[in-house]
Amino acid sequence: MTIETPSPLPLRTDLALIAEMVTQDARVLDVGCGDGALLRHLIVAKNVDGRGVELSQAGVNACVARGLSVIQGDADTDLRDYPAAAFDFVILSQTLQATRQPRLVIEDLLRIGRRAIVSFPNFGHWRVRWHLLTQGTMPMTGTLNQPWHSTPNIHLCTVTDFVNLCDELGITIERMLSVDARSRARSGVSTRFANLFGEQAVFLLSKP
Amino acid sequence: MSTEPNSPPSLQGQLAILGEAVPLELDCGARLGPFNMGYQTYGTLNAARSNAVLICHALTGDQHVASENPVTHKPGWWTLLVGPGLPIDTDRYFVICSNVLGGCMGTTGPRDIDPATGKAYGLTFPVITIGDMVRAQAMLLDHLGIEKLFCAIGGSMGGMQVLQWASAYPERVFAAVPIACAARHSAQNIAFHEVGRQAIMADPDWCAGDYLAQGRNPRAGLAVARMAAHITYLSEQALHRKFGRNLQDRPRIAYGFEAEFQVESYLRHQGSTFVDRFDANSYLYITRAMDYFDLAEAHGGSLAAAFEGTRTRFCIASFTSDWLFPTSENRKIVHALNAVAANVSFVEIDSDKGHDAFLLDEPEFHATLTGFLSAAWDARQRTA
Repeated sequence: MTIETPSPLPLRTDLALIAEMVTQDARVLDVGCGDGALLRHLIVAKNVDGRGVELSQAGVNACVARGLSVIQGDADTDLRDYPAAAFDFVILSQTLQATRQPRLVIEDLLRIGRRAIVSFPNFGHWRVRWHLLTQGTMPMTGTLNQPWHSTPNIHLCTVTDFVNLCDELGITIERMLSVDARSRARSGVSTRFANLFGEQAVFLLSKP
Repeated sequence: MSTEPNSPPSLQGQLAILGEAVPLELDCGARLGPFNMGYQTYGTLNAARSNAVLICHALTGDQHVASENPVTHKPGWWTLLVGPGLPIDTDRYFVICSNVLGGCMGTTGPRDIDPATGKAYGLTFPVITIGDMVRAQAMLLDHLGIEKLFCAIGGSMGGMQVLQWASAYPERVFAAVPIACAARHSAQNIAFHEVGRQAIMADPDWCAGDYLAQGRNPRAGLAVARMAAHITYLSEQALHRKFGRNLQDRPRIAYGFEAEFQVESYLRHQGSTFVDRFDANSYLYITRAMDYFDLAEAHGGSLAAAFEGTRTRFCIASFTSDWLFPTSENRKIVHALNAVAANVSFVEIDSDKGHDAFLLDEPEFHATLTGFLSAAWDARQRTA
C-alpha cells in the first residue's frame, strides 16, 4: 500500500490530540488536510474511511500520490456540496481563522458531520495580550508566527469568543483541550483558564 | 458476419462478434447486431478476474494503447502510462481497450458492410451515443467473462465513457478515472465539432456520405476537420513554444498562400496523416456522440443524481492549460460526487501543453495516478 506505516515524525501536537478524539472505523473529512499527515495516521491507526480537502494544489497532488482521497477546495466554498451527516467527524485544524465566513463554516461542519473537531490559535493567550499591551504591535508567537501583512489569518478569535459563538449557534461542546506553549494539553479546565493559558485549543463539537 | 475490405483482421487486434443472440439497443431506438468489436489486451487476467482495467480511448484514438499501431506503425498512444512497472502496470492489471462503436479500427462503424444490404452503411449507420459505446463495451466484458472492472480510465471522450460507466454500471466499476473531460459537451465544444463536420460535408468527394461506394474519399474535408480540432488540443503557449512565427523552409515571407509558417505546415501534416488512418463518416458519428453527451440531463438535470449511492472510488484529473475541457468542467464532476459523499480525489496538473497533456509526459500526473491506483488496488484486495 502506498500509505506507509505511521510516519517516523511525530504528529503536530494538535493533530495528535485530534487523532485521539476520532473513533475506530469512522468516516472522516479533514478540511485543510495539508500534506495528509493526520489522514494517513488515522487510516493506519484507526482504520477510518478518510477524505481530505486542501487549498494548495501541490498539497492535494502530494496526498493523492500517497494514495489519499483528497480534492482541491476550501472550507468557505466546498463544504456546502456535501450532504448532511455524510461523515462521523469533520476536522478543521488551524484553518478556522483563515476562513472568510467562520460562522457559516462551523455550521457546515456540523451539518455534514455528526461531530466536528476544531483547533485554532487562541488570541486570548496571555503572551498575545502582553505583547499587544507592551509593544503595541500585532502579536507574533509560536502559533501566530507571521507578521500581520503576510498572515493568512483574517478571523482570529479567543477561546471565549469561540465558546460564545457555539452558545449562539446551539452547538454542544463535548470536550475542550487547552494546549500551552510547551505543547501540554489540559482538559477539564474552565473557559477562563483556557483563554488565558492556552496557546491553542481543540474542541470536540456536536449539535443536538 | 461479413468484415469489410478496408479493415482487414490485422487492424483489429482481437475481435469479438457481439449482439448475435440479443442485439444492442441503441439510444436512437435502432438495434444493432451482430456487430464486430476490435480490441486489444495486455497483461493477464487473474484467477479471481478482479484485475481488469478498461481503457476508454478518445475521439480519434483506438485500441492500440501500448503496442504498435498496425496502420501508422507508431507506438501505442499511451505507452507512457501502460506497460510493465508503469502507472497502469500490466504486470499487475489485465488491460483491455476496445475500438468504440462507430469507429474504423475493427469495431462496426459506418465504413462496414450492412448485412441487410450488402453495402457499406455510410449514413444509414444509426446515430450512436456515449451510452451506446459503453453498452457495447459492457457486452464485450460479458463476452470475456469479466463481471467487475477494477478500473475504468480514459481521457477526453474516454473520460466521458468512464463517467457513463460509473453512472450506468456502478456495481461493475471499482475505481473510475475520468481525465480531462466533462459531464456534458459545452456549446463551444459542439461548435468546434460542427466546423469539422461541415468541412467534411462540404468536400465534393464526401458524396453525401456515399464516398465508399463511389470509390472516392473526402480527404481534404477530413484533413481540415482534423486541423481545426488539433488546434483545440493544444494551448497557445504550446503552439508558440513549438513554432512561434517561424517560417518553413524559407528565409523570409513569400507573399503567397503556401504553408509559409511552420505552424501551417505542421497542421497540414496533422491533417494529411490523419486521413490515412481515419474514416470521414466515423468522424461525423463519433463527434455527434460527444455532442449528445449530457449526463445530468439524462438524470433529471442533476449530475449528482447520476452518481447517487455510488461506491466507486473516483480520481478526477484536469490540466491548467486545457481550454477544451477546462478545470471548471472537471470540478463540476467533483462537486456532484461530493454531493453524494462519493470517495473522490481531484488533481489539477500544472501544464502548458493544453488538452493533449493527458497523453504526454507529465510526471506529476503519472505520480498521482500511480498513487491513486495503488491505494485503490489495496482497497480492492481487502474487499475481495
